[in-house]
Amino acid sequence: MTEGYNGLLTATVFLPAVGALFLLLVVRGDRNVRAFAVLIALGDLVLSLVVFGFFDRSEGADRFQFVDQITWIPDVGLNANFLLTVDGLSAPLVALTGLLGMCAVLASWHIGLRVKEYFIWLLVLQTAVMGVFTSMDLLLFFLFWELELIPMFMLISVWGSGRKEYSAMKFLIFTILGSAFMLVGIVAVFLTAGVGTFNMVELSTEATMLTSAGLLIPLSGLFWLFFVGFAIKLPIWPLHTWLPDAHTDAPTAASVMLAGVLLKMGGYGLLRINVGMFPSQTDRFAWALVAMGVVSVLYGAVVTMRQTDLKRLIAYSSISHMGLVLVGIGSVGIAQGTLTVTGLNGAAMQLFTHGTVTGLLFLTVGLVYDKTHTRYIPDLGGLAGRMPVVAVAMLIAGLASLGLPGLSGFVSELLVFLGAYRAYAWPTVLAVLGIVLAAGYILWMMERTFFGPRRERFADLTDASLVEAAPLALMVVTIIGVGVWPSLLTDVFESGLNPMVDVLNGVIHK
Amino acid sequence: MSVHDFYVISPYLAMAGAGLLVIILDLFLPMRGKGLLPYIALAALTGPFVLSLIQFYDLSGTINLLQGSEAFSTEEPSILLGTLSVDRFALFFNFLIMGATALVVLASTEYVRNMERFQGEYFALILFSATGMMLLAAATELITIYISLELSTLPLAALAAFLMNRGSSEAGMKFLIIGAISSALMLYGMALVFGFTGSTQLSEISTAIGQAAGDAPFGNYALFVGIILMIAGFGFKLSAAPFQMWVPDVYEGAPTPVVAFLSVASKAAAFAVVLRVFFTGFFDVALDWGILIAGLAAASMVIGNLVAISQSNIRRLFGYSTISHAGYILVGVAAGVKSGDGAFRAPEFAAIGPDSVLFYLGAYAAANLAAFFAITIIGSKIESDEISDYAGLVTRAPVLAMVLALALLALIGVPPTGIFIAKLYIFTAAVDSGLIWLAILGVINSAVSAYYYVRIIRVMFTQPATSDEKITAAPAPLLALGLAGAAMVFMGIAPGFVMEAAQGAVRALAV
Repeated sequence: MTEGYNGLLTATVFLPAVGALFLLLVVRGDRNVRAFAVLIALGDLVLSLVVFGFFDRSEGADRFQFVDQITWIPDVGLNANFLLTVDGLSAPLVALTGLLGMCAVLASWHIGLRVKEYFIWLLVLQTAVMGVFTSMDLLLFFLFWELELIPMFMLISVWGSGRKEYSAMKFLIFTILGSAFMLVGIVAVFLTAGVGTFNMVELSTEATMLTSAGLLIPLSGLFWLFFVGFAIKLPIWPLHTWLPDAHTDAPTAASVMLAGVLLKMGGYGLLRINVGMFPSQTDRFAWALVAMGVVSVLYGAVVTMRQTDLKRLIAYSSISHMGLVLVGIGSVGIAQGTLTVTGLNGAAMQLFTHGTVTGLLFLTVGLVYDKTHTRYIPDLGGLAGRMPVVAVAMLIAGLASLGLPGLSGFVSELLVFLGAYRAYAWPTVLAVLGIVLAAGYILWMMERTFFGPRRERFADLTDASLVEAAPLALMVVTIIGVGVWPSLLTDVFESGLNPMVDVLNGVIHK
Repeated sequence: MSVHDFYVISPYLAMAGAGLLVIILDLFLPMRGKGLLPYIALAALTGPFVLSLIQFYDLSGTINLLQGSEAFSTEEPSILLGTLSVDRFALFFNFLIMGATALVVLASTEYVRNMERFQGEYFALILFSATGMMLLAAATELITIYISLELSTLPLAALAAFLMNRGSSEAGMKFLIIGAISSALMLYGMALVFGFTGSTQLSEISTAIGQAAGDAPFGNYALFVGIILMIAGFGFKLSAAPFQMWVPDVYEGAPTPVVAFLSVASKAAAFAVVLRVFFTGFFDVALDWGILIAGLAAASMVIGNLVAISQSNIRRLFGYSTISHAGYILVGVAAGVKSGDGAFRAPEFAAIGPDSVLFYLGAYAAANLAAFFAITIIGSKIESDEISDYAGLVTRAPVLAMVLALALLALIGVPPTGIFIAKLYIFTAAVDSGLIWLAILGVINSAVSAYYYVRIIRVMFTQPATSDEKITAAPAPLLALGLAGAAMVFMGIAPGFVMEAAQGAVRALAV
């Protein structure tokens, strides 16, 4: 990896935070605040697309690009670098964060309560998530990971609905618990004799990787410490209980960010740290990952069937879909032959597609709730005639969610199943059942809310305005784009995952 | 005394001179000119600051903090028959204490308007106390340590009682009496140590202990009792459990800026003397005093955090919070003694324990000052210290609420603030020296502390305000708040500078 300071990623990560500081100190008046926030989000979207677009995906290109590296804490006990860089795994997720950040700001146009503060938190949140996806130093990674907590806590507990304070606290406690496990893991890695570094690039390179020598905590223990931290975030049954509450009570934009990018931090962490830094343990425990994944897929799907609150329904469907990420990672546990990148690629693709699909679902549900003032499904019905734009957007998102070919969800699910089937045939077949159930709950939900007889009291409803429709359009274009041209993403993900697969192949069957 | 001696102690003379200057000018200033006093004090502070800076470069000879000789260019740093050692360690604390003093003076400008009389004495006492604290960090001889300690404590007792109302007088009285008792204990301990070793100088004590490595358990019972009594005396200044009884009452009753000063500068000076005495004087003692310190650390963390949970007064809460932080810092002191395999550390301190203590003190000073300055401004406007009266503060004073929230998060140890790095540093040091149980206890305690700190944030941000009246602040306290807040974040984002300074300072101890 080349050292140096490119600057692009620093700008991408910190632009929202600088914008937030400007909002706090300079910008006055609610209209100006909104306009300024949109400007910052747009700027960051452009920067993130530049990162993604200019990422060199040709053969033989550097694995890590756009390196920003300076010494952060000198080698006086703690030895950490300020190291931002992207590889094929993180570049698409940076783009996803830029996209959803833009959507979240636009979806917050109608917020009237403590406007300035609201946008400050939203922008700080974006900096935190961008930082998580780009930092390759464990300490810096952890710093951004924690930074994300406070804005999300505030967004839910002040601008949420329902039992907002309870949900926010639950979110906070679960996540802090998870990160405590992670921090112990990070310190234990650092203190391992002969390591003395937080550099994730070095720690996931075969020559400098942790072995069982000189460890404070056994390698398997480290694996599970990190796993718990990420599994809570993903979330994986049985650590998922914070998610339905937090999603349901959060304001629309926070739900979009939460489901769209915050959950992805968990999946990204699993791929980057658990698979990347502990390949032998991933191989050893693949069966457990697949088992938890399949339970999440089926449990999530069955519970989703029974939901009557639109947001809760989507929240539970997220649990089901995130289970597929684990199933994809489980493809590592093949009994014989060499591992291919398919399953891991599926897991990574699932992160991206779920981000766009669920982001769009929450955006549309937010619009439905704003206009009808209810999310209770039996009270809704026949909305399609009144709100065609919203209905079409939700239909596309729903179809992508259940894996219709031509839309993004299909690609990732197919890759996950193809990869996992070679390793665990029967569990994979069970997981496919989850997709069948998804078809059930998505179509049933669409039928009950948007179709069926028109209701009298919805006669005055208006469709989405231009500001409201813009984020919908952004997401729809992404979903269809990825669906018809998947190699736009899969090639990039592969370039990031292939080195990991090479390492894994050296470890498996030993 | 040679000219060189005068040069070496010049920062201390200048600091005491600044206090005298304020008192004298106070006599000549007309009543409406009293507002100038804090600025005079600040201007006078530049004297010791510049002198310390000159000495710092004289010592290091180069801008690189890690290099350079430990002695002044020509002569030994120890002067006046070896009673003081103005080395990098002492200078680190000079800068820390002067920084805290300057910020407290700045933050007090509005606060003292309420006092009709004795404004000059208020600032002079702060400067005198700071002189004592600076001397404490440089003292290498038991009698000098005792005198410096008294010089720093007595003005604080007067300052605690400065409001002359019931709570404040009670605070002053408690501080004075408990301080006197602990001084007596410490003196008795010093007498025993002197009786055993025949010297009051730390370096000679160290030699005597090294030669006398006896067969009796703990080396020698008299020495053992002496060390315990000295720990008890220092424990009062550290506000460590079980010597913490005075803390909540003083924190509740004393003037808020004084509490800020007490919790930051006084604590730093106390840790300086503990490090100096134990790592220079008692390092060779056959008793593992590290385990004693670890016990104090554990007790302070647990008692401080558990009792803080039930507090409804924000100043009392901070009283217990400061006890718990004394506990975290003591973890670092304990971690300097042994390495993981049970062997004693070489006195060169390969251990990062003492480094982490110095870094933590800096990070804690910034965060705690920021919190207290916000509380000073808010408290003088809403005239209450009850946490429930902080409801909806974010709408009444957005900037104050944000900074206070950030300071509270910093005190939990949430990144990107200095205390996150500091806690990581200190717990890493603990694990590194085999005190894994203490590190685990510390992490659990940090998690517990999140509960009561976040509670204040919740009240400020999520509960409806009881009044619409905006809270405004004068520029000077706001500047102090901003500087403390900036330092707090700076140490989290770019900790390298203070870390290198801390390491350089600790290396000076080993000589």
